[in-house]
Amino acid sequence: MKYSYYPGCSLEKNAAAYNISTMAVAKPLGIEFDELDDWNCCGATEYIALNKMAAYTLVARNLVLAKQKGVDQHLVAPCSACFLNLSKAESYLAEDQALAQKVNVALGAGGLYYDERRLRVRHLLDIIVNDVGYDAIAAKVVKPLKGLRIAPYYGCLIVRPAFQGVFDDHEQPQTLDKLMKTLGAKVIDFPLKANCCGGHMTQISEPVAMDLINRILKNAMDYEADLIVTLCPMCQLNLDAYQENVNRFYKTNYHLPVLYFTQMIGLALGMSAQELGIGKELVDARPALAKIGVEVPEPEAPKKKRPSKEELPMPGMRKEE
Amino acid sequence: MAHAQTQARAPTFFDQVVAATPGDARLQFCIQCGTCGGSCPSGADMDHTPRALFAMINAGMVEQVLRSNTPWYCVSCYYCMVRCPQEVHITDLMYTLKRLSIKEGYYKESTGKEAKDFSQTFIYFVENYGRSFELGLATAHHLSHHPIDTVKIAPMAMGMMRRGRLDLKPKMIKQIDSLKAILAKAKELEAEDEI
Repeated sequence: MKYSYYPGCSLEKNAAAYNISTMAVAKPLGIEFDELDDWNCCGATEYIALNKMAAYTLVARNLVLAKQKGVDQHLVAPCSACFLNLSKAESYLAEDQALAQKVNVALGAGGLYYDERRLRVRHLLDIIVNDVGYDAIAAKVVKPLKGLRIAPYYGCLIVRPAFQGVFDDHEQPQTLDKLMKTLGAKVIDFPLKANCCGGHMTQISEPVAMDLINRILKNAMDYEADLIVTLCPMCQLNLDAYQENVNRFYKTNYHLPVLYFTQMIGLALGMSAQELGIGKELVDARPALAKIGVEVPEPEAPKKKRPSKEELPMPGMRKEE
Repeated sequence: MAHAQTQARAPTFFDQVVAATPGDARLQFCIQCGTCGGSCPSGADMDHTPRALFAMINAGMVEQVLRSNTPWYCVSCYYCMVRCPQEVHITDLMYTLKRLSIKEGYYKESTGKEAKDFSQTFIYFVENYGRSFELGLATAHHLSHHPIDTVKIAPMAMGMMRRGRLDLKPKMIKQIDSLKAILAKAKELEAEDEI
């Protein structure tokens, strides 16, 4: 199974663990990724707030790069926001001829052309559960995640609004639940599984962001989850990196590690934590993973700077003899 | 709008909002049921619910609509859009209202000011490098908007850095010149489009 691949900016660094684990499980699952050459940012939810034409043109450039590889090859995005932007632009450009025409005039300034062949844009979870399939995955499980209580977190954009067709329920999706069960985990009831993580609100309004993140963490905690599994870099960032901020804000004491679903697949397939980028999360996942006998090496200690003789003489306290 | 205009009249605010929204926004089908506001995770913090805002658009209350913080508190979760019984493209309309509010300058009078600046800083990196750049974005935004709070995110930023989750400088795509030319042309077309 060969797909065009659009990793998106987050997967290059902040969500590197998602990219590492995706690449690690691709081979055993029989997936081949053909990354778009010189892709650009999808504009997230920011460009469309400023300039409609530039926002659609920015996404269209990526769609052109994908179409150059042929439209039989579906375009896969692991990030929910990228998935939304790519599938939305592809669907609106087909629907709105005037918009498509202008986008083409703009693309022409860079010698590109957006043609009328329709391209299918799909989320990584979609191809894993539907093209690879639960049975094929179950057959490859060598280290079931038995004893682990998982809260499957979908967030918004993978299930809403589904511009190119519904792949899972808008409100109570089930695919990730079923996938985690296939891997041998205990999936908790998680009513807020498709609620919003707050997106960019952490940067704009702290109270709004803290409230939205808190709701999700509280829900997972109430149902005694050991960890939250997600499929979007933005959701992972908000739930993981901002968990301490939520604890300070609400005087709570959450300790809920947030891992990517691809990392869980890898563990069940017998890969090591290191191969899957585990250890990059801010909320320590080791206590949870110890339940299934997975050892995670200590996070690398920051290298101590060796005092250099060439260092500028800085004023300081004299060391006690 | 899908329907042909039969009467010659000056475009109303309603027409302007619809025309600036990509695809068919379906705003004319809103039945004022309020499902959108009831589904909104940040609805409690908005000046007006989306339903109220749509009634105000219909009534031509330009200033009040464009001063509202409602679009700026939209988190793009699309709950309203999938629950709307009339399939109004509510999230897309919120983006349109953000753009109109910037164009007319009213955003400065709402809590939207910060959101708009955030978008602009985000896009600065995209326009000049072709990629987003988290460290630059967070630093520039925090230092200019809540310098004291920068202290609050510092431990988190350090943790991210230690785990190799933050780039120190932005990545640039190879064909950045071509992308710049494309975006410049797109902006030109957007300006021509304005009513």
